[in-house]
Amino acid sequence: MQTARVLLPLMSMVLGLLALGAPARAAGSGSATLDAVQARGQLLCGVAGDTAGFSIADSQGVMHGIDADGCRALAAATLGDAAKVKFVPVTAQSRFTALQSGEVDVLIDETTWTLGREASLGLLFGVVNFYDGTGFLVKKSSGVTAAKQMDGATICVLPGTSTELAIADYFRLNNMKFTPIEIQDIQQIRGAFLSGRCDAYSTDASALAAFRFTLGDRAGDYLLLPDIISKEPLGPMVRKGDDKWFDIVRWTSYAQITAEEAGITSANIDSFASTNDPNIRRLLGLEGDLGKAMGLDNRWAYNVVKQVGNTGEVWARDITPLGVPRGINNLWTKGGLLYAPPMR
Amino acid sequence: MSASLAAPPRRRLRLSWSDARLRGLVWQVLILGAVALLIWYLARTTAHNLATRHIATGFAFLDHAAPIPIGETLIDYTPSVSSYGRALLIGVLNTLKISIVGCLLATVLGTLIGIGRLAPNWLLARLCGAYVEGLRDIPLLLQLLFWYGLMQTLPAPRRALHPLAGVFLSNRGLRVPALAWRPGDGWVLAAFGIALLGAFLWARHAARRRDATGRGLPLWPAALLVLGLPAMVAIALGAVPGLDRPALHGFNFQGGLLISPEYAALLIGLVVYAASYIAEIVRSGILSVSTGQWEAAQALGLRRGAVLRLVVLPQALRVVVPPMTSQYLNLVKNSSLAVAIGYQDIVSIANTTLNQTGQAIEGIALIMAVYLTISLSISLFMNWYNVRIALVER
Amino acid sequence: MSASHSSSVERAPTLALGAPLSRAAFWLRSRLFATPVSAVVSLALLYLLLRWGWDFFGWAVLHAIWQVPHDAAGLPQTGVCRAAEGVGACWAVVAEKYRFILFGFYPYAQQWRPAICVLLFIGLYAASAQQRFWRRELALIWAVALVLIGALMWGGFAGLPLVADDQWGGLPITLILATFGLAGAFPLAVLAALGRRSRGMPAVRMLCVCYIELIRGVPLISLLFMASVMFPLFLPAGVDIDKLLRAQIAFVLFAGAYLAEVVRAGLQALPKGQSEAADALGLGYWQKTMLIVLPQALRQVIPMLVNTFIGFFKDTSLVLIIGIFDLTTTGRTAIDEPAWQGFGNEIYLLLAAIYFTFCFAMSRTSARLEHLFSRGQRR
Repeated sequence: MQTARVLLPLMSMVLGLLALGAPARAAGSGSATLDAVQARGQLLCGVAGDTAGFSIADSQGVMHGIDADGCRALAAATLGDAAKVKFVPVTAQSRFTALQSGEVDVLIDETTWTLGREASLGLLFGVVNFYDGTGFLVKKSSGVTAAKQMDGATICVLPGTSTELAIADYFRLNNMKFTPIEIQDIQQIRGAFLSGRCDAYSTDASALAAFRFTLGDRAGDYLLLPDIISKEPLGPMVRKGDDKWFDIVRWTSYAQITAEEAGITSANIDSFASTNDPNIRRLLGLEGDLGKAMGLDNRWAYNVVKQVGNTGEVWARDITPLGVPRGINNLWTKGGLLYAPPMR
Repeated sequence: MSASLAAPPRRRLRLSWSDARLRGLVWQVLILGAVALLIWYLARTTAHNLATRHIATGFAFLDHAAPIPIGETLIDYTPSVSSYGRALLIGVLNTLKISIVGCLLATVLGTLIGIGRLAPNWLLARLCGAYVEGLRDIPLLLQLLFWYGLMQTLPAPRRALHPLAGVFLSNRGLRVPALAWRPGDGWVLAAFGIALLGAFLWARHAARRRDATGRGLPLWPAALLVLGLPAMVAIALGAVPGLDRPALHGFNFQGGLLISPEYAALLIGLVVYAASYIAEIVRSGILSVSTGQWEAAQALGLRRGAVLRLVVLPQALRVVVPPMTSQYLNLVKNSSLAVAIGYQDIVSIANTTLNQTGQAIEGIALIMAVYLTISLSISLFMNWYNVRIALVER
Repeated sequence: MSASHSSSVERAPTLALGAPLSRAAFWLRSRLFATPVSAVVSLALLYLLLRWGWDFFGWAVLHAIWQVPHDAAGLPQTGVCRAAEGVGACWAVVAEKYRFILFGFYPYAQQWRPAICVLLFIGLYAASAQQRFWRRELALIWAVALVLIGALMWGGFAGLPLVADDQWGGLPITLILATFGLAGAFPLAVLAALGRRSRGMPAVRMLCVCYIELIRGVPLISLLFMASVMFPLFLPAGVDIDKLLRAQIAFVLFAGAYLAEVVRAGLQALPKGQSEAADALGLGYWQKTMLIVLPQALRQVIPMLVNTFIGFFKDTSLVLIIGIFDLTTTGRTAIDEPAWQGFGNEIYLLLAAIYFTFCFAMSRTSARLEHLFSRGQRR
């Protein structure tokens, strides 16, 4: 009984905490993040740590994937050494606070760029490092060949992702019903889908392709539906108010794209030392002060490409083994969407 | 809190302004002051942080449309149309659904295992002992993953197990026929309620009579009342309730009542885990009843089952209820692991909400408020029950 | 006391035996086939045990795959295991991943350091379970060992490279969270329990009751969420408490509330005379508490403390929800790699075995101590 007397005011106290809030004020001062990174000598990079192709640890505990390589590229650009990264594993729930609070300098965690996130989180997206879209994987034996045939289906999704939003909108738009099974654990989702608990597994199409690839001989029994029901541009996030840092994140990625456009790879980059192409000379820091303008060493882009590779190399290293075709993630000259603004 | 300071404790009869009392007062003021300062500081920093980091605050999002797909709902819900408030309410209901059923079943299973541990059959006693030891020493999360994995070995809907007419067991869950709801059924339900009340009164009357005269009244009139009254009302209304039988349509079974594999796995996991603790409580409760009670009951010629049911368990109950309360509280709190295996309880839905709106403080405060309310209700109920059985037992 | 009861209950249906039977047959008859019902139960249980046991043996041993070939690039080829899925266990996944599961992201070449720390922890537990080691020196040994563990894990001296704590993972994290959680929670719990029982200071009592009941009323994962998601918002910009420490703080607060109730039980069980005698000697509050009340009260509740500790040990598995790589998280992450996806059962079995070993040993200890104490009481 005493408990009752005590707990009631306590609960109101908890709720009272929420009444906090003050008018928004702008903050931030130049490149505080860059200063912190360079003073620390290490980049703190938030990654998922459990998604094949994006960021996953191998048996020795080394991180692999395009998100992990994105962190390395940023470390190479800012510190001159791709190894000076500390990977901070974050969860879908903790990732935004981790960035907001400064626990990480940048968040490269397969996060979809949406207006809502930029508007309400105090964060913004630097660039797109992967163009994805929500798709469906089904069993061939179910006879389903298009998303529109899935009225009444049971669908497995990961909670806390933008997939949930995409499916909810899609089924509502098409006046169809579905039963979601929301499981946080990828292993459990995998089991649920393979055992037939769900008629379809829905997430980013790249992840579905990778998942199908892991099935080996049985991959033929599963069909990736042609319908891509949403746009999911994934990219690194930074805090609002540090424009210089935002520039660095963005241009590190563009430098890798530019390198691929120019045919520069980590293997042949040193052979360009005597090139007379002014664009390449500027990129590699042989002339001009592009690096200095960003607060970096002029050899920043050289370090990125030399130590991490260009966009194509990263793709070949991290995504190709998963059996995902490059598609729209190719250069604009090859039918894709990758297009770097001129570096001059 | 300041009220308790203004009115110094009067329980002590030392009226002089003694040294110890002054010290106590000073200490209290200091400690309370420190805590208040800390809270004020944290609150101020938080408000400042939220503002400078451009994070939205407040509960306005509760009215916004929630694009959260939810699988199991007790009330109507349409993703992207219904509000976050409604989605969270469904989460609360789902938590209650698993908690209440879980507590009941865990009590039953725990009691059986607890008695089993004391069984004369060596194998049974040993197995119950192994059950208790084994399950208590493995984290619940791993156990839940195991049970959910087991659910997935059930056959697909097209090859569903079909043990009884209208009952289908597949990896989509257990479908059983349900009573179809028709307009007249409200009256039938009301009649059923009245009949239950009548039966309860009859049983109480019979018990009083037995206590007074030593001779009981038969219980069949009560049973007749419970079955007969609703049936009569139904026939009178001409609305004999029909059965809603499940049938395979398209991807899945439709109709009937569904127990989903996620719910089942969570329920089994929670019940089996809690039962291993409850079994120990029941066992020590039984052992706390003195040997003389056993011997006296056996001397009266009662069989073992009757001794347990009529003599030992009612006495053990007094010892058992307080620790049982904390097991119930644990079960409710453990149900928050649901998110790992895809049952959408309040934590799961609040999590998704928090993720979509980015409002962490509000989301977590809601989760805490819900659990505090449930815990408090259980504590109050069990306290009431404890007082009640204590009175009955003298 | 309890022993005599249980035996009388168990022996209740002892039969009068006619024919001269050997001891084994007598035992079988009286313990397994005493009544027809008992016989049926025994046979049914035996059948199920043998059948499930055999199936499990077939899966885990007879048809199991112990290793898989590697291709030219050194990548494992798991086709053999995929072919045996459902029939036999793929223990190759354990062989491949055990170091990641046990030590997480700790630099591969340095993993002997956490391995030594795990052994140190086990040694500490084992020593503390022996009553003959219960001396003042034990506290000293604990302090030295914990410092040593910290030094080994962090490194940064004598040629050991510095390893920041966010690279720690696996079993050491589980042990650290549980052990340091208990160590930190204990003083807090004693203070909260004393505060809750203090007559003279209603405000302090109220505060302690609030703390204890608030924490006990909410699930641990909401506290962990708070530590991982809300806590960073409480601190001024620039101040950043590391994630492991935040989880550790959440654990200390959580454990403190539960332990406080255990300590309170011990305080309540202490006869009033002890406290009154101390008063009569003219001891002050703290002297009385530290010298007379607490030593006796805590000794009473040691078995309960161990049981609570078992609970925390299991509860550390929940940090997976906030992305700290404890044993459960590393186990789960190990099978996220495409080549090894789908071999969850083997890994979960391994994890269950590790947790079980620790918890079972502790629960035996607790039972032994309880027995010891109750014997001491009767004397």
